[in-house]
Amino acid sequence: MATESSYYVPEQSRLPIFATIGLFLTAFGAANWVNGGSSYIFFAGAIAMAAVLWFWFAAVIRENMQGLNSDQLKRSYVWGMGWFIFSEVMFFAAFFGALYYIRTFTLPWLGGEGDRGSSNMLWEGFQNTWPLMVTPDQAVSGESAKVLGPKGIIDPWHLPLLNTVLLLASSVTVHIAHVFLKKGKRQAFNLWLGATVILGAAFLFFQVAEYLEAYQHLGLTLESGIYGTTFFMLTGFHGAHVTLGTIMLLIMLLRSVIAHHFKPDDHFGFEAASWYWHFVDVVWVGLFIFVYVLGA
Amino acid sequence: MAHGPKPGFTRWLYTTNHKDIGSMYLWFSFAMFLLGGCMALVIRAELFQPGLQIVQPEFFNQMTTMHGLIMVFGAVMPAFVGLANWMVPMMIGAPDMALPRMNNWSFWILPFAFAMLASTLFMEGGAPNFGWTFYAPLSTEYAPPSVTFFIFSIHIMGASSIMGAINIVATILNMRAPGMTLMKMPLFVWTWLITAYLLIAVMPVLAGVVTMMLMDIHFGTSFFSAAGGGDPVLFQHVFWFFGHPEVYIMILPAFGIVSAIIPTFARKPLFGYSSMVYATASIAFLSFIVWAHHMFTVGMPIAGELFFMYATMLIAVPTGVKVFNWVTTMFRGSMTFETPMLFSIAFVILFTLGGFSGLMLAIAPADFQYHDTYFVVAHFHYVLVPGAIFSITAGVYYWLPKWTGNMYNETMGKVHFWMAFVGLNVTFFPMHFVGLAGMPRRIPDYALQFADFNQIASVGAFLFGAAQIVFLFNVIRTVRGGRKATDEVWENPQGLEWTVPSPAPYHTFSTPPVVR
Repeated sequence: MATESSYYVPEQSRLPIFATIGLFLTAFGAANWVNGGSSYIFFAGAIAMAAVLWFWFAAVIRENMQGLNSDQLKRSYVWGMGWFIFSEVMFFAAFFGALYYIRTFTLPWLGGEGDRGSSNMLWEGFQNTWPLMVTPDQAVSGESAKVLGPKGIIDPWHLPLLNTVLLLASSVTVHIAHVFLKKGKRQAFNLWLGATVILGAAFLFFQVAEYLEAYQHLGLTLESGIYGTTFFMLTGFHGAHVTLGTIMLLIMLLRSVIAHHFKPDDHFGFEAASWYWHFVDVVWVGLFIFVYVLGA
Repeated sequence: MAHGPKPGFTRWLYTTNHKDIGSMYLWFSFAMFLLGGCMALVIRAELFQPGLQIVQPEFFNQMTTMHGLIMVFGAVMPAFVGLANWMVPMMIGAPDMALPRMNNWSFWILPFAFAMLASTLFMEGGAPNFGWTFYAPLSTEYAPPSVTFFIFSIHIMGASSIMGAINIVATILNMRAPGMTLMKMPLFVWTWLITAYLLIAVMPVLAGVVTMMLMDIHFGTSFFSAAGGGDPVLFQHVFWFFGHPEVYIMILPAFGIVSAIIPTFARKPLFGYSSMVYATASIAFLSFIVWAHHMFTVGMPIAGELFFMYATMLIAVPTGVKVFNWVTTMFRGSMTFETPMLFSIAFVILFTLGGFSGLMLAIAPADFQYHDTYFVVAHFHYVLVPGAIFSITAGVYYWLPKWTGNMYNETMGKVHFWMAFVGLNVTFFPMHFVGLAGMPRRIPDYALQFADFNQIASVGAFLFGAAQIVFLFNVIRTVRGGRKATDEVWENPQGLEWTVPSPAPYHTFSTPPVVR
């Protein structure tokens, strides 16, 4: 075991500059794509980025196996992951905050209530309701409005409730997996981690089914006024994070099954992924309450 | 670990060394400072006389926007990160930053992000022209197509800041030498720790708000459109929830720098160390609950106006503690006035002046008069130029001998200081007057009665710009040679960075020192 006095600093590394090129191509390509250009640059960047991440994580795992990582260095990774998750919390806070502001201030004002109720003069006939089925535009221009509200919304007590159960269960299973890992029982660890991945994938499956229902039958889309906006942006970013979390856990599973990685006392790669998983779980509870139940 | 730097340019591409990366941050930020400065000079040249003289209004708007964005995200923030990279590991007795590869990545994505941002100047429809605060719907419905590239460049800058901040937190909390307890840390380390928390908390919110813009522009969402039930004022709330802590991100490390310099040249320990720490933390906390003072005139409930007014005024208390401590540190000190000290004293005086005009702006009913006038421009330039820029300059002069092993030219440093000091006051002081008299900001043309003060301001701006050339020349000369610096450089300065040789070896504290 390395000591405090030998904090491993790699002499040089080519990884970051390649990651830079990958990230730049991804961002530039995405901007180019949504501005009407081709999507090639974006996909080239995304592939480059994925490849660099692969090699980067491989390098870190290799260094750890060579015993280069002291306890102190491992703590740096722990701090890093913890504060990264906090930054994600703040990202979601911006969107939850937007939902709160719209419902508490904007819509009552547009509907003629309170301090700024005079804004109703611009949208005569608009009434503040939630879910917002009739947008201000629609209240004024009827069916010829540019922004139409949804015709229906997702019932929280069907698919969303099922998804809540799935995701909460997956938080439990990943915790059980962790307990078995700490006891050194690899078979049980693999089993419970595999169950978690399946639960995550099932969640995503039902989320897609819910989106199809919304788009095909309910007229609930990104473009259906502020209800559709907040609904899809909050659940969509959460879904993207669940996708990422499922991939992370799947990779951890493959590392354990194929390469026999992780020791009972040394498995921060897995632990970081499980923290991330608990985080997306907590966000979902917030979504279920504030978007689905209180939104219905 | 005993190796020196690798030869060739790949040293800079592949480096994991905090000193290399710190130097790259500092040079990059200086380049951005000159670029943003040139844009400021375009603005001042246009405003030298009333009427349209040099540029078209559309281009003028692009200049004010890009000047703000480049100075905030390209000059001030990377300069502080560069100083943190150089100094934090040396100050806490660590061998390097906690996550050295990510450190390299945090830096190198910045030049790419700014290349992308600058390239918008050459795009169809021109660069972003909606002000650095990019209020919707100017930045959404009415924005040029290049806004998409602006959005993604902001995303990259945000990623860089978040990674840099995480690295600094991990370094400070995990890599202190034995005996370096939290309350023994130099104030620069303390202020950066708190700044890093601010960055981690608010850069994601900035990412959120530009994402909302992107969705409104390209995917038909209604965040900022009342037609769909959204609200353009929502943009301002989310933006300023990021924006106000951002202001302190640009000033807290400055507090740390002058708190290092003033004790050295007053030859007294810093007065009220622990109160400095608590004041910094208080300012950081308050920064989260004052954001709407940027939008008093937008139409808020009276309770909101009152809350944000009083909360804003509260900030004067911890800030006053700091100013009191700096002044008291100097009181009856055995002072000398080398260049870093001159910049630091100017910081204390002029930053306080900027703070006072901030207090005036905090008064909601008075703000209705000042809002969007040149008084606001005067205020934030007084806190950012003699605040952030002067402290960075002071820090560079203070630590340059440690970095290079050579003393800078003191005469040239003093020339730089007096040119910059006079230049900035001549530029920004008259703006208070034209602002109070009603001259609006962000216009290429103005009423005749503002001509005299604007002419004076433009002359000052070019003087301030010329001062930076002296600075550049002085730094390059020092890097290339000059009188050798001692290991201590100054007379009995405090801190671990002065216990290593000058220039600091490529690797310092591979074995941690013991702090008593």
